[in-house]
Amino acid sequence: MSFAYGHGPLVLRDVELEVERGEFVAIAGPNGGGKTTLLRLVLGLEEPASGQIELAAERLAYLPQRAQAGVDAPVTVRELVAAGRAPRARFLGPLRQADREAVREAIERVGLETQADRRLSTLSGGQQQRAFIAKALAADPELLVLDEPTTGVDVEAQESLAALLEQLHRELDVTILYVSHEFGAVERFVERIVLVRGEVVFDGAPADLPGVWHDPSHAHA
Amino acid sequence: MLDLEFMRLAFGAGIVVGLLAPAVGFFLVQRRLSLIGDGIGHVAFAGVALGYLLNLPLVLTALAVSIAGALSIETLRARRTAAGDQALALVFYTGIAGGVVLVSAAGALNVNLFQFLFGSILTVTRSDLAVIAGLGAAALLLIALLYRLLVAVVVDEEGARVAGLPVSLLNALTAALAAVTIALSMRVVGILLIAALMVLPVIAAARIAWSMRSTMVLAMGIGLASVLTGITVAYYADLPPGGTTVLVAAAAVLVAEPIGALRR
Repeated sequence: MSFAYGHGPLVLRDVELEVERGEFVAIAGPNGGGKTTLLRLVLGLEEPASGQIELAAERLAYLPQRAQAGVDAPVTVRELVAAGRAPRARFLGPLRQADREAVREAIERVGLETQADRRLSTLSGGQQQRAFIAKALAADPELLVLDEPTTGVDVEAQESLAALLEQLHRELDVTILYVSHEFGAVERFVERIVLVRGEVVFDGAPADLPGVWHDPSHAHA
Repeated sequence: MLDLEFMRLAFGAGIVVGLLAPAVGFFLVQRRLSLIGDGIGHVAFAGVALGYLLNLPLVLTALAVSIAGALSIETLRARRTAAGDQALALVFYTGIAGGVVLVSAAGALNVNLFQFLFGSILTVTRSDLAVIAGLGAAALLLIALLYRLLVAVVVDEEGARVAGLPVSLLNALTAALAAVTIALSMRVVGILLIAALMVLPVIAAARIAWSMRSTMVLAMGIGLASVLTGITVAYYADLPPGGTTVLVAAAAVLVAEPIGALRR
């Protein structure tokens, strides 16, 4: 599969990638290497220039880069997560009891139950990311796609986010695609790393990653 | 004041518009499309002019042309053929220029037009009120039914698209609701000021509210209070009702700001 924006140069060239149900895959590479583009192709937000993408999962959840909400209105954690439940609930009228229960469970899973009715903007960066993960979980996804979820989050919160993702992966059997230009804590938990730099330059277990690429943000070698 | 029929009709129309305009405006403000109301208002002007030219009911031609304009802004925006503000500018100026040309062709460049530009709530008739109340109630009911889906889109549009929600349809619907609101509100605050009534109460409410839902409810309350206060003050002080209403709404923003700062 290849991709270019408009008539521009190819951003991704001959990418071949197969992800099994239940895998936890990290996609890494330098900025501008095509990681986000790859995600957007997987999610159907962009069309490939050539080749094709097959998706077996039907319930998708996407946590975009620098997710923001409630900039202009005070959205609460519960309202944000309820918005994530919308695709699984009936379309018209208020949420049913079972859906409200699912929203509550998702909030509990990320450990924000005491902040559920607080405004998102009053939470720390790490807590906001947890709220967005709860939003994704509320849709009961088969495939969870996260784009740079630790950007702007302090190291401690990065650790706990990584632990949370590992726990979700274990308990919910959800397939996770995790994009980052740096790994930090998550490297310990993923089963597979894919390095993207216009094409796939490495695809395998983290232990097999050549030392020179160990900090993928500087993978120029 | 209320023993005069024209005042009762004015308050009737004002109540509907005072509730509807902020309810629709709420979703526009969240999507950073605060000025879309202004754009559609200018298109509505072309609709009014078309009504004069063809000798058709002005509210209906304004409604039809506004919906067409709103959907073209949304289409241009969604296809990314133009940035949001460029799409708005294109429709905005085509609307006002088309309106000037049409209205001159109809030989109606006169004081009647002022009624639509600045509002003429004191000339609302019983049949006007029936149309405003009927369409207004239908629009509010639609918003209540679709509230959760519309919120899901404004909170995270791409996330909603990926999750399989009919985002394009919901966006088109929001644009159409804005067009309906503007066509109904022309008589109350006028084409040039209608966007203010869609946006200012929402800005005021967001300063003091504690959730999305409370923002929306509070905005509708502020919109209603602005219209009722505006009409009353205008009646006793002999001022134009449309402008007075919008000044009250603007004052609400100024009052909400320090209250919000105290709460934070």
